[in-house]
Amino acid sequence: MIDTLRLTAKEANALLTGGELSSDELFAAYRAAIDERDPDLNCFLHVCDESPGAGIPIALKDVIGTKGIPTTAGSKILEGYLPVYDATVTERCQARGLRTIGKTNMDEFAMGSSTENSAFGPTRNPWDPSRVPGGSSGGSTAAVAAGLAPWALGSDTGGSVKQPAALCGVVGLRPTYGTVSRYGIIAFASSLDQVGPVTKTVADCAFLYSVIAGRDPCDTTTVDLPHPVEIPEAEDLRGLRVGVPRELNEAEGIEPGVTESVQAAIELCRELGAEVGECELPRSVEYGLPCYYLIAPSEASSNLARYDGVRFGLRVSPDGIRAMYEETRDEGFGDEPKRRIMLGTYALSAGYYEAYYGQAQKVRTVIRQEFAAALERFDVLVSPTSPTVAFPLGAKTENPLAMYLSDVLAIPPNMAGLPGLSIPCGLSEGLPVGLQLIGPQFSENVLFRAGHALEQALAFDVVPPRLA
Amino acid sequence: MAITRAEVLHVARLARLALTEEEIARFQEQLSAILEAVGKVDELDLSGVEPTAHPLELSNVWGADEPRPSIDVEEALANAPDREGSYFRVPPA
Repeated sequence: MIDTLRLTAKEANALLTGGELSSDELFAAYRAAIDERDPDLNCFLHVCDESPGAGIPIALKDVIGTKGIPTTAGSKILEGYLPVYDATVTERCQARGLRTIGKTNMDEFAMGSSTENSAFGPTRNPWDPSRVPGGSSGGSTAAVAAGLAPWALGSDTGGSVKQPAALCGVVGLRPTYGTVSRYGIIAFASSLDQVGPVTKTVADCAFLYSVIAGRDPCDTTTVDLPHPVEIPEAEDLRGLRVGVPRELNEAEGIEPGVTESVQAAIELCRELGAEVGECELPRSVEYGLPCYYLIAPSEASSNLARYDGVRFGLRVSPDGIRAMYEETRDEGFGDEPKRRIMLGTYALSAGYYEAYYGQAQKVRTVIRQEFAAALERFDVLVSPTSPTVAFPLGAKTENPLAMYLSDVLAIPPNMAGLPGLSIPCGLSEGLPVGLQLIGPQFSENVLFRAGHALEQALAFDVVPPRLA
Repeated sequence: MAITRAEVLHVARLARLALTEEEIARFQEQLSAILEAVGKVDELDLSGVEPTAHPLELSNVWGADEPRPSIDVEEALANAPDREGSYFRVPPA
């Protein structure tokens, strides 16, 4: 009997290479776990009955193109869409023998922080099914937390890997912008979108990052990694300078239980040999969220113009092409994409461009400079990933701004193109708390090292007690 | 910053969204609240600050100008809601 709840990807792979299990047996074990638990959790929009490859399974967020396997980005407008090519990350996983076990649920077009914006029903948090898993990659993080896949890929535009990883008690990496190809990924906000791993351990995260990262001729925004990915082994933090940005740790709305766990983790950094000091990001936190909610919707309004009923996806077909466009888009898009398309179209429209989009791009420069200054003094910055633990379903659906605030701590480094790792660092009221580790561009190896050492010392149990 | 019903209709038209009456009213209220919050960026005096369009220092990334295989017509049309021969078919303008 394989305990998929506890098995890491590294352990699963060892079972295969040691000849104790076949790839098919492993695939079947995860399929059985999906059949048993996914009816309650709704992590998957599509489950694969078979999948080529000789390695271990992987779950892919439904924003990632998979040839011949339905890919909807959680939207009714793409229901039934079958990609005719694979995303580069899909190809790279397959090239390493990884077998796609299914496509995971998500907020429609990755717009949301709870996975409640999926057109196909919300995903529930394995720690407490009355609560959300976070989002938008909530299907991927809940699937890993519930043992339905040894690991998964998500995507992160404004916190969509980090925040749900925090809320589900798993590890999630938002890589440095440009290190992972966006080719074949359904676009949301192109200057921010980045695919990242969701895993049970930091070592698995580093390995999966090494599989997907690197320049892709099909995405001209990608670059080669300046140094190869190192799988972390060190269990101390000697020589590491850890900065605690005041604004990211004292922002309004951070729950006391979250602060308590994060403070304990910071203290642990000291015990592990790191030098810990305070620093400031005076404008990045205050203006990061407004900056994001101008830039991302503006880019989205352009990217989502392609859903017009002509070449793929839903077509609602009244008389006349203009009515076809307008009716198709009204019926095919859910509330959140419509809201963001409207917001972005407004921000880019004549007379408002300079005050909104132009100004937001300048704020982005300010954020980059503030992080650069802090990262001259420190190797890693730490904060909570999310101000709260997982919240009840429905708690924020009526108030878009309250939902947006879920990412207030995850967004600022994203605006600067910086990598961020979220690791579980404790529990508050029985629910996981995530610690966010931020470094300079291309510093993933440092984040893995710090995350791994903390993970060993914290000994957080990734199995939700109600499933154990 | 409050936005008017006329502005909601104008933006919906630019975005090719046929909103229902209920959506027009709701988006007017929600977009006003969101614009109020994001309009905060205008408080900062950023004259002289260069805009950031992209987080990496990349410019003029060229691809090799050589033909290579691409998806064929049948694949391109595989997801078409309607087609005629090798064309996408749409209702008349």
